[in-house]
Amino acid sequence: MIKNKINYSSRKYVIGAIYILVAIILLVKLFIIQIVDDSYKHSYESNTLRYITQYPSRGKIYDRNGKLLVYNDAVYDLMVVPNQVKNIDTLSFCKLLNINDSIFNSYMTKAKKYSRITPSIFISQITKEEYGRIAEMLYRYPGFYFQTRSIRQYPMTIAAHTLGSIGEVTKPEMSRDRYYQLGDYIGKSGIEKYYENELRGTKGVKITVVDVHNREKERYMNGECDTLPQAGTDIILGIDADLQAYGEYLMNGKTGSIVAIEPTTGQILAMVTSPTYDPNELVGRKRGIRYNELLNNPDKPLINRAISGVYPPGSTFKMINGLVSLESGAITVNTAYPCSGPNSEPIKCTHYHHSPVRLYDAIENSCNPYFWLAFQDMMNSKRFGNQKEAYMFWYNNVTSFGLGRAFKSDIPFTVPGNIPKKEFYDRMYNGVWNALTVRSLSIGQGEILVTPLQLANVAAAIGNEGYYYEPHYIKSFGTPHDSLSQQIPIDSSFITKHIINIKQKHFKDVKKGMQSVFEGEHGTARMSKIPGITVGGKTGTAENPHGLDHSIFMAFAPVENPQIAIAVVVENAGFGSTWAAPIASLMIEKYIKGASTRPYLEQRVLTFNKSEE
Amino acid sequence: MRSKNIVGRIDIWLLLIYLSLVTIGLLSIYAAAFNETHPHLWDFSQNYGKQLLFIGVSLMVGFVLLLIDAKFFNAFAYIFYGLSIICLLLVLVVGSKISGSTSWIQLGPISFQPSEFAKFGTALALAHYLGEIDTDPSKLRTKLISYGIVFVPMLLILAQGDAGSASVFIIFLLVLYREGMGGKILITGLVAATLFILSLCVSKWYVMIGLVILYALFLLLIDRTKKNIWLLTWILIAACAFVFSVDFAFHHVLKPHQQTRINIILGKEHDIKGVGYNLNQSMIAIGSGGFSGKGYLNGTMTKYNFVPEQHTDFIFCTIGEEMGFIGSFVLIVLYLSLILRIIHLAERQRSPFSRIYGYGIACILFFHFAINIGMTIGLVPVIGIPLPFLSYGGSSLLMFSMMLFVFLKQDANRMNIL
Repeated sequence: MIKNKINYSSRKYVIGAIYILVAIILLVKLFIIQIVDDSYKHSYESNTLRYITQYPSRGKIYDRNGKLLVYNDAVYDLMVVPNQVKNIDTLSFCKLLNINDSIFNSYMTKAKKYSRITPSIFISQITKEEYGRIAEMLYRYPGFYFQTRSIRQYPMTIAAHTLGSIGEVTKPEMSRDRYYQLGDYIGKSGIEKYYENELRGTKGVKITVVDVHNREKERYMNGECDTLPQAGTDIILGIDADLQAYGEYLMNGKTGSIVAIEPTTGQILAMVTSPTYDPNELVGRKRGIRYNELLNNPDKPLINRAISGVYPPGSTFKMINGLVSLESGAITVNTAYPCSGPNSEPIKCTHYHHSPVRLYDAIENSCNPYFWLAFQDMMNSKRFGNQKEAYMFWYNNVTSFGLGRAFKSDIPFTVPGNIPKKEFYDRMYNGVWNALTVRSLSIGQGEILVTPLQLANVAAAIGNEGYYYEPHYIKSFGTPHDSLSQQIPIDSSFITKHIINIKQKHFKDVKKGMQSVFEGEHGTARMSKIPGITVGGKTGTAENPHGLDHSIFMAFAPVENPQIAIAVVVENAGFGSTWAAPIASLMIEKYIKGASTRPYLEQRVLTFNKSEE
Repeated sequence: MRSKNIVGRIDIWLLLIYLSLVTIGLLSIYAAAFNETHPHLWDFSQNYGKQLLFIGVSLMVGFVLLLIDAKFFNAFAYIFYGLSIICLLLVLVVGSKISGSTSWIQLGPISFQPSEFAKFGTALALAHYLGEIDTDPSKLRTKLISYGIVFVPMLLILAQGDAGSASVFIIFLLVLYREGMGGKILITGLVAATLFILSLCVSKWYVMIGLVILYALFLLLIDRTKKNIWLLTWILIAACAFVFSVDFAFHHVLKPHQQTRINIILGKEHDIKGVGYNLNQSMIAIGSGGFSGKGYLNGTMTKYNFVPEQHTDFIFCTIGEEMGFIGSFVLIVLYLSLILRIIHLAERQRSPFSRIYGYGIACILFFHFAINIGMTIGLVPVIGIPLPFLSYGGSSLLMFSMMLFVFLKQDANRMNIL
């Protein structure tokens, strides 16, 4: 029988060959995925390394005197990883957190629903005081830990528009700058936006190795590849916090704005817009909701009227017209024009006063016919070939005050206002027009529109007798006691003088007239005279076709050596002398003396109520 | 010059390879489950501590097996087989469900998998039956009984829902082939099935390269008569044509959703949460090892649980990640040496029982090895079968060790058989 069996032993080679072949196939595939194909190495990195961003603290913002305007405050989120919560004494834990059983359970259910293994917020925004108390005992409750977050805080709750706010970065912002990742904060408006790159600092990164459940296991290469975050640069603003706060106090209940500039530097001392809001409202989680509420508020508190409100300058514009006429040589300081009061033609005067008047009296009395006649003489001056050429002279001089253009500085969204170009009237009147056609310009009405910021800048330029600096917020980089201004200079265009091509003596004459607005017997602002301080100013009443006229005032003080130039607009408040002038007067006194000595005036300003008018 | 005692006569190479594999397994489990708070290898609360315990038990059982009379297993082959069939039936009734299939029997504190035991029993029964003098592989009766011995436990395991373990029994067909059965049809079927799966799993060009290598190997081995060369060439052409037609049918006849379904079965596409997740993570782990690996205990992917089941079915990931291509290469060569060594030893046996049994365990080890590593690198569908001697688990380690030690005993005793 055995012999009959065929010997199949050669089949061992087939079997051996199959084994070897399969082993070769395995090795080839291993060779491919381990050596040839790189894609597995890349997915490995994203799979096990987590790049944890280390956020730098954002730069703080100070006022000109070193008062803190914006700082970062830590809030603490109590985090929970439900799977790690084991055998805790719920009762004592609830006591620690000041919550009851059912709240604990509902929070826990919520966290579990989100994920059992990744952390979620258990209780958000716990204050520092509570944090200290809870953190001490937290070791007893595994699965819970604190996560720090930083939010912006505004200790004085002022200058919301100037300071701006930060918010979560949007997709377009992310695509513009690769620095940002989802969830990052970015300056959305005001200083926060303009100085974003300086304030934000530099992010650091901590690289950790994590497991499949995203649990941190160890530092990658013992932290050798990590980078430390660099804190943002602090900023000192030209804003005087007390003055700003006082301005907001005075404007409370009114609609309008105040802009105060330091004439010798162009720094904004105060920029008040009313109605306003508390900057702390646009912080943290409630930002979205509050922002929409503010957006839908009929009083439009989000609009910064100081830079984007445009008004006809009214009589405040007479100074510029006077200066241009003087410069053109058509009039001198002694030129006198007659005034027939309300019977004057073609432009009426608001009241009767002595006639004829010269420049000082004209400013003091805000005489309309004087400025119309001066404008007319300028337009007809022999110096110019024709009236169009004269108009170009006028236009160039007017715009050299910073009117008709948007300022280019760290004040965002400034609007240009309007100074009509020659071409505008050419189009409007088919090229046939003269001084009489555009006579409204002589008294600051018509197509002229200015912003309160431009008006304050005009005051600064007149106070400076012929120059101004581009108005700007920043004073310097750095902290009040350790100024970085030497290392990081502010934008050089902020410290470049804009010279106005009008002789200084003309400014001196106009300033004298403006001083008599306060001090003269008939001065329109004589009620607002400040004891001990010489002030030059001019009232204005901007005609408002939609309701009561806007009360406007511009001023600078002290006249000889101005430290503050100011513009005040109170909407629908009537004459400039009634509301705007006393507010400007109080502001000037507050800034120069440090306090108001006229409680009665302050009281009167505060009693303003639109419905009474 | 025969040694007096059994220990001196056992094949030292086989034993050494076995011990190296077991050691590599233990170290890999240690790396996979590495935990700073339990740094000691002998910490029995950890998997590596338990595996150390299992290794000790396996070695003791192995030693006992070496002392048992060599004829015992031949004589009791059917008893073992019968017992394993009873266990398989039992598991269908009282089995406990672990990960989807009822394949475990709980005996007090010990739970074991009858399917592991059934492999051993089947190998013994097949060897016993075919080793009998009156069996003739050319007779239908012999064929039917042989196939029956293989397919009964296979079907029972399939009934438990454990397709992975059941598929292992297919490899016994290779044993039958060695003993003269199945010949052409079997080989053709096996080759066709392999080519079918391969051409869907990897690029058809890789399959063709493999075929050409195989062709060259055969040319070296066979008598190079004109007839044989022609035959082989025709087979190659037919195989290539088959691969092409499968590839064509898959891409041009099947609709996309059908392709997706097959791809999922094949492990080529996967929803990230299911089985495909393991495969994806496993390939990333192995791929990230590169040429020389990240170094022992430095494998972040496996160490930090990115690869599920990493200490059992996916233990190869640890080696692939930490030891790189070099380590994988060494391991595969080690396995190949083990299996080829078993075949080599089997062929020198005087008793057909020992030879057939040797082939039986060589095939079982081969199947586990090829399918397990194949699934971790995406070559074959993910079916949960362990890597012999390396994967964590007492039941499988003990069974594989017993199989091997029984063979060692047979081999050591070969001179005593006439």
